[in-house]
Amino acid sequence: MSFITYLINGISLGSVYALIALGYTMVYGIAKMLNFAHGDVIMIGAFTTYSLCSTMGLPPVVGVAASVIVCTVLGILIEKIAYKPLRKASSPLAVLITAIGVSYLLQNLALLMFGANAKSFTSVVSVAPLTLAGGQIKISGETIVTILSCIFIMILLMLFINKTKAGQGMLAVAEDKGAAQLMGINVNATISLTFAIGSALAAIAGVLLCSAYPSLTPYTGSMPGIKAFVAAVFGGIGSIPGAFIGGILLGIIEILGKAYISSQMADAIVFGVLIVVLLVKPTGLLGKNIQEKV
Amino acid sequence: MKKFKLSKTLKSSLLTYGLVIFAYVLMQILISGGHVSSLMQGLLVPLCVYAILAVSLNLTVGILGELSLGHAGFMCVGAFASAFFSKCVQDSIENSFIRFTLAIMIGALAAGAAGIIIGIPVLRLKGDYLAIVTLAFGEIIKNLVNILYVGKDESGFHISFKSSLDLNMSPNGVQIIKGAQGITGTPNDSTFTIGIVLLLITLFIVLNLIHSRDGRAIMAIRDNVIAAESVGINITKYKLMAFSVSAALAGVAGVLYAHNISTLTALPKNFGYNMSILILVFVVLGGIGNIRGSIISAVVLTLLPELLRGLNNYRMLIYAVVLIVMMLFNWAPACIGWREKIFGGLRKKKNTKEAA
Amino acid sequence: MRKSFKKAVSLAVAAMMTLTMAACGSPSTSNDPTQNAGTTAAGATENSGTTAAGGTEKSTFKIGIIGPLTGDAAIYGENVVNAAQIAVDEINAAGGVNGFMLEINAQDDEHDAEKSVNAYNSVKDWGAQMILGSVTSVPCIAVTEKTKADNMFQLTPSGSAVECAKYANNFRVCFSDPDQGAASARYIGENNLGTKVAVIYDSSTVYSTGIYESFVQGAANQKFEIVAAEAFTADNATDFSVQLQKAKDSGADLVFLPIYYQAASLILAQANSMGYAPVFFGVDGMDGILSVENFDKSLAEGVMLLTPFAADAKDDLTVKFVTTYQQRHNNAIPNQFAADAYDGVYALKAALEKAGATPDMSVSDLCEALKKAMLEISIDGLTGAGITWNEAGEPNKEPKAVKIVDGVYVSMD
Repeated sequence: MSFITYLINGISLGSVYALIALGYTMVYGIAKMLNFAHGDVIMIGAFTTYSLCSTMGLPPVVGVAASVIVCTVLGILIEKIAYKPLRKASSPLAVLITAIGVSYLLQNLALLMFGANAKSFTSVVSVAPLTLAGGQIKISGETIVTILSCIFIMILLMLFINKTKAGQGMLAVAEDKGAAQLMGINVNATISLTFAIGSALAAIAGVLLCSAYPSLTPYTGSMPGIKAFVAAVFGGIGSIPGAFIGGILLGIIEILGKAYISSQMADAIVFGVLIVVLLVKPTGLLGKNIQEKV
Repeated sequence: MKKFKLSKTLKSSLLTYGLVIFAYVLMQILISGGHVSSLMQGLLVPLCVYAILAVSLNLTVGILGELSLGHAGFMCVGAFASAFFSKCVQDSIENSFIRFTLAIMIGALAAGAAGIIIGIPVLRLKGDYLAIVTLAFGEIIKNLVNILYVGKDESGFHISFKSSLDLNMSPNGVQIIKGAQGITGTPNDSTFTIGIVLLLITLFIVLNLIHSRDGRAIMAIRDNVIAAESVGINITKYKLMAFSVSAALAGVAGVLYAHNISTLTALPKNFGYNMSILILVFVVLGGIGNIRGSIISAVVLTLLPELLRGLNNYRMLIYAVVLIVMMLFNWAPACIGWREKIFGGLRKKKNTKEAA
Repeated sequence: MRKSFKKAVSLAVAAMMTLTMAACGSPSTSNDPTQNAGTTAAGATENSGTTAAGGTEKSTFKIGIIGPLTGDAAIYGENVVNAAQIAVDEINAAGGVNGFMLEINAQDDEHDAEKSVNAYNSVKDWGAQMILGSVTSVPCIAVTEKTKADNMFQLTPSGSAVECAKYANNFRVCFSDPDQGAASARYIGENNLGTKVAVIYDSSTVYSTGIYESFVQGAANQKFEIVAAEAFTADNATDFSVQLQKAKDSGADLVFLPIYYQAASLILAQANSMGYAPVFFGVDGMDGILSVENFDKSLAEGVMLLTPFAADAKDDLTVKFVTTYQQRHNNAIPNQFAADAYDGVYALKAALEKAGATPDMSVSDLCEALKKAMLEISIDGLTGAGITWNEAGEPNKEPKAVKIVDGVYVSMD
């Protein structure tokens, strides 16, 4: 019985990673950059909802909507100011480093605005927990909502990318920026759109992360951000279903590792499994194998 | 003038050495004149540590062309191995020079060995996947060191990965590595002079490697693996060579770090991915593959938050802004074009003056 | 073209660096008043500012404060600085110490040993004559080595690891980790609070592992049994379901939490959602749980903790301190770090008075005088009445056991 409980806990944790990883993988797949500031956009999203709902008492829907708007605008701004000038830089690492700078900036901005003291986030989820097997197994409302939103967002994203013109444009840009431009696709607008969607997802992820684990500080986003990055790589970075599967698996491995091996070595176990997976499948679980050409 | 011309690479290398020696001599003069604040004096060894780290990572990132996000892990291995050694022999080897020399070798060897062990699986991967695996190894090293307990009593060493209570030592045993608390009371053997000597040795190793046959092979791999392989370059050997040398040098930096402050812990802050990323920031800001640039940017970015102390709460915010601006200034094609216009003009003027 | 530019820039930067080094070079001889004003923490008293500007003679006692002001431990440093400022303002308003004003300069160490040494050197350049810090243990151990070399008096408000008070010139205000673990084991055993005890601790902090280990040792001769000991790490401090499940499965009726309150707030919330309700027992790091903004206080109902300070206490001193703190800092409730720092400043005042010290004494003479005086003073502070210090630098005070009832602390004695 306890195994099933652990498994469910793992899925709960994993669903949060998956939700964050979706945003990560989306931006990576199109813009081909590791956005290290993604975790901090999540934090900003959570703070926005916190300020509106927990402090000012507005209904959760308003808070979540506002947080999506704030993060979308923030995402577009960051892209325009910090990343776009470096898109044609001679090394892709330049934009990675700038993303780290943006991450520092957001953390310290939040520290100045909201202070260092931890805030307890009021859950925006009002779904009742699901009890099974005579009350021995309990699935929290946050977990249900997180998993459902994960699946919903995943399907929506895949439909968007495969069925709409803008989505096809994204694929084209991901494949070859130059060729896409020649085909009349506005590359700048497409990449802005990618960041806008990625950041909107970050806002939702932030709200649900803090609903499930209600402690909010300016550094809340950084560790889940890294874990989600790992999850995205695990599933094959750039692949949307991969991010979902990677996230869920990462959560399960983390919880089971803690439960059955050692709670002190949880990080080592997670990263150890990641290494093994990548050695067997060098582009992640669902990643495309890129053939190198001469 | 035209008759005797140093080769371009030699000239550039000499300029790098010269810069370091010049900085050293200048600092010594200023210190002896009493013009250097305690803050600056305290920063001299850390500056050497970060410069060595940046140069060594540049070997992996700039010359080998692979992104490593686990460099702090190697630093951690070097730091703990050497601090463990120094702590054990603190009483038996009184001469700090001999002890520290041995500690440096041990740190470098341990980190180099870790580099080979990790490098063999990691270097089979490519690009961002390689980066994430190095990050994973760095985090594993940090996690394991954090729960490592080692004690010594008359029956030898005791090791535990749980807590100091599980060491089962006799009552007069001494704990050397205490889990989260790490190693305390490491002798303070690091000095600015040793730091500079180690930096120069690092530079010597890296610059010589780059300009050697081996170095050209490594760069050939970076530029085109398939082409390199087709002319008979042993890919694995050269990749591993660059990676392990880079790791060993990071270990040296770790030794210097561990013997500079008397407490050594594997916190996320000093040996986690944050530190690895910070070192990467030095390398990229200074110019990928540009060794001199690495030293300069390591120095600038280490001094910057200290010089901003007067800003109180805004210190790290300003630091972040400056970092972003510097990155844009150094890397954005638009900025480079704009810079060339201005400085190119100056340069032309200078040239005409010289001609005259 | 590009190369030559880089060369030019690199030379320019090198030149700039050496210049800045030289510029920072002129140490405390010229006490630039503007620089001091810039570095004195917010809300500095006007009179201390003016006395500092008044002349180059040493007319104030300068206390250097070192602690994390950015990074994820920032809350601890923030509390220490704010509380120390309150204490200093009170003392200065009441005429100062031996007729001299106190002045503080707080520097950020980001909870990092190396940065802490930088911060120490920075306050030394400012002219600090004694140190209140470092706030956290590991950085504090690094700084003790430096204060010993300089023979500068160091009083840490909250560095609880044993080594933080290693040398003769190091004293502390808080309890040491082993003391807390042993005291908790004794208290739980003597009051029969539980028979089966689980421990959830942070294996990546010195504080938590230190208390955990001494708790286990102390539990050996108590009537209860430790049935589970589960750890977490700083990088893995969001999900505690496994640790709680293990505690529950082992049948623990009391869970000992030698951890800080952020993690504890998550543990309480998760225990609640899984329907597990043992007695939760914390130590001083738990204080502050009620001040987590927007925290559902019903989750903490029945939590017990051993702490020298409770912000809700009704004695005059605490009420006055907490009110002042809230007025100045946007209604934030001070935690135990703040209380330790407040008492620390008053301990410095008492010791300076006892020694009859004056600011023109050398750092080393001041240190010797304070070392002696610390053994003779007794102060009534926020963290205890009649606190005295022994030669090991440890305070002699009694922890109070409190229980959270209806969202407030209630004394259990």
